[in-house]
Amino acid sequence: MEIPYTVEPRRDTGLYNAKVGIWLFLASEVMLFGALFSSYILLRVGADIGEWPQGLLNVPIGTVNTLVLISSSVTVVLGWAALKQGNFAKYRICQTITLLCACAFVGIKSYEYYDKFTHYQVITKDGKVFDGHLVSKNKDQVVLHGFEIDASKGKAAGVTAAHKASHGGHGKEIEIKTADIQKIGNYGPAHNTYTSIYFTLTGLHALHVIGGALVMGYILFPGAGMWKTEPERYTNRVEVSGLFWHFVDLVWIFLFPVLYLL
Amino acid sequence: MSLKAIHILFIIVSTMLCFGFAAWAFWTPSGADQSVSRVNLVMGSCSLVLGLGLLVYGRYFLKKLKDVSYL
Repeated sequence: MEIPYTVEPRRDTGLYNAKVGIWLFLASEVMLFGALFSSYILLRVGADIGEWPQGLLNVPIGTVNTLVLISSSVTVVLGWAALKQGNFAKYRICQTITLLCACAFVGIKSYEYYDKFTHYQVITKDGKVFDGHLVSKNKDQVVLHGFEIDASKGKAAGVTAAHKASHGGHGKEIEIKTADIQKIGNYGPAHNTYTSIYFTLTGLHALHVIGGALVMGYILFPGAGMWKTEPERYTNRVEVSGLFWHFVDLVWIFLFPVLYLL
Repeated sequence: MSLKAIHILFIIVSTMLCFGFAAWAFWTPSGADQSVSRVNLVMGSCSLVLGLGLLVYGRYFLKKLKDVSYL
């Protein structure tokens, strides 16, 4: 049985079925990310003045990741345009670059996550707060490479200053005895409201990047045989995957300023 | 809405982000003495150039795909 409207548009919608399907799916995705964005904004607006942690993220790394995703969107479209002109070889080059960009994005994001999971905050029983990357930890002592938080600036501002200096590679080795520690924890999702929503939003986004890359990789390599038998349908598949990729990139274009800059 | 249409939207939003980011980088004090750091100046300049590059690319893209439908 032949599947209808894989190439020619339906008369009632004016579109082929896969395009209608992907737009319906993207509409549901907009609601998912919209709800998370709204949560972030409400939590941030509701935070006490000076308490919301800003500057915890490494802006140059986020900028590089943004450039990577913008480049990948350009190569997706150029690949699709090449297929429209019947140039499969050019499409394959463009789409391979897209997949490499996706891998680069996930790799850089993983590094950022690793940085946060190895970045610790230690509060001692005498009220001092230390912030830095974990060098070593045993039953007697914890060694951090970082700073003591300057409480005079306010806690959030002090943590921000320590993080910025840490991104610049500054800091000194601090030895803290385990018996003196009141609380110790890394900057993972459980650290505070900001890190939990940061990991939720960026983790969900990274899953979308991985999913999109898997689909495009399938179309590019194992699924490429369709180009010989049904070139128009194959081109439509590439267009639909490109639409999803653009959605994922658009989400990042909004995530980057909201999480990293503002 | 075709890939062409959403790509144009994407380029417009990306261009706005580039110029916005450049403005953020040039005007946000990040140095110890509340001055704009060298890293920010470099990032802002690159972002400005990228924004202009995206405008040029957008024109090229519109010309290249002028026969493709927006639907």
